[in-house]
Amino acid sequence: MSPVNSESPASSDTIWVRHNRIDLAIHHLTNGYDPTHRPLLLLHGLGERTPDEVPPNVRWPGPVYGLDFTGHGQSTIPVGGGYTSEILVGDVDASLEELGEVTILGRGLGAYIGLLIAAARPQQVMGVVMSDGPGLVGGGIHPGSPSVPFPAPWASNTPDPFALLELARDVRPPDYAQTYVRFVLESSKLEKALMVCAVARPEWLLAVAAEPGVGQGTVDEALQFYAGL
Amino acid sequence: MVPDLTSEFLSQPEGVRRPDRRRVVDAAGVKISVAEWGDEQAPALLLAHGGFDFAETLNRFAPMLADGGYRVVSWDQRGHGESAWAHLYSWEADIRDAASVLATLPDEPLPFIGHSKGGSMVMHLANVAPHRVSALVNLDGLPSGNNMPDVSELERTRMQRDEMDRWLAHRRTLSDKQRKPGTVQELAERRGRMNPRLTTEWLQYLVQVGARQEADGWRWKLDPTMRMGGFGPWRPEWSMLRLPGLGVPMLGVMGLEIEVMGWGSRPSDVEPYLPPGAQFEGLEGVGHFVHIEQPRLVADLILEFLS
Repeated sequence: MSPVNSESPASSDTIWVRHNRIDLAIHHLTNGYDPTHRPLLLLHGLGERTPDEVPPNVRWPGPVYGLDFTGHGQSTIPVGGGYTSEILVGDVDASLEELGEVTILGRGLGAYIGLLIAAARPQQVMGVVMSDGPGLVGGGIHPGSPSVPFPAPWASNTPDPFALLELARDVRPPDYAQTYVRFVLESSKLEKALMVCAVARPEWLLAVAAEPGVGQGTVDEALQFYAGL
Repeated sequence: MVPDLTSEFLSQPEGVRRPDRRRVVDAAGVKISVAEWGDEQAPALLLAHGGFDFAETLNRFAPMLADGGYRVVSWDQRGHGESAWAHLYSWEADIRDAASVLATLPDEPLPFIGHSKGGSMVMHLANVAPHRVSALVNLDGLPSGNNMPDVSELERTRMQRDEMDRWLAHRRTLSDKQRKPGTVQELAERRGRMNPRLTTEWLQYLVQVGARQEADGWRWKLDPTMRMGGFGPWRPEWSMLRLPGLGVPMLGVMGLEIEVMGWGSRPSDVEPYLPPGAQFEGLEGVGHFVHIEQPRLVADLILEFLS
């Protein structure tokens, strides 16, 4: 067994980074037992936020950070919606400017965003662990019957109800996801730059998992694989 | 209120008329500026401008429709013209803003007209609210799935990657980004590069209604953080598949001169998707901005179609 994060005191420092008009909160949850180790970046699911502490099932030797996506947690709530997955990829990209090289553990929506940012920044993203969580399915493989989503008047402010509405409709064609897997595999120096750990497998994720070079296993196995690199 | 122009117009093309009225619609917190021409009691029609345009690019075309007996209702899309700059931009947000404008109009079904991106938007809106539309007019806003027939699959993938890289590079430069200032002539000349078929007189006029004069020069009233294109899973056929099921009369007008701001569609790309009974007009020798190059011809086509 590798040492667990609880061996060092949790730190709840928050780093703020700017993505256009949004202030993004990156929570520094712990330094781990080896503060010089490559950090783990947690990407939460749709409607979630970075947890207050490193989740008990997450074993990582080094620092652990969590990004609150636009409209979630402590990050700015935009006015009037306009969310796309691509905007959230920009959120992570702004975080990478601050954090440098990271391994990503994404839940649900965060797993999908992890795939896209790994394709965009293969030299900085040292492995993505794709796990179950809210927003994993997205809006299907092509647009459904169109409608104009307005939040219910009783909706809360955080997470932004527009994020919940719009990102739940985000279309994810399997061949689109596959293209990004290929970008990752072409450019990453890792043998297995993506690990699919989710039990739920919507079409886009089935397509990802079916690509040669994509690993599969439990979240813990995947984290230990990347921790050992 | 229509903002006053303190400076003299360098050019004032014949027949232009600034909006007769302006009002603000709150679209889920984003202030959308609505521009109207014509009698407020006349039957309304909805008119959507294209990307990186603004309602006052319709200052010659819209009055022709208004004089044909309509209350022409247009609006500056978020980030454009007099409307607010938003935190985020997306297709869905634009459609919601449009629906917010529509919600301020009388309940009777009304014609939807749109140019370029606006044409695609009103096509979407007609699908969202079939009970609110009486007729659809699309002005050079029908995307084609065959824009790059000569490009190999490998090259297409490379372009997708380049587009993602460029998009992220753009996102990294946005803090405190401003539009480049210049003289009226310089802004007109810059816009002319993307709109090579429009006259200098027209482009200079657009600067004076679509840009703001500041201490260091004129700047377009367009959010500098907006960008053409972007990466995402959108496919042209998703838009085109909104067409065949349209349950109201449709008029499509396409400029047959291919140009940079156009979408490269040909009549043969569009014809298979037209709903039964649709009227389609391909205009020889006219570019993407059909309603600006040939306002009288296009307005007459529309007025005839609507009658």
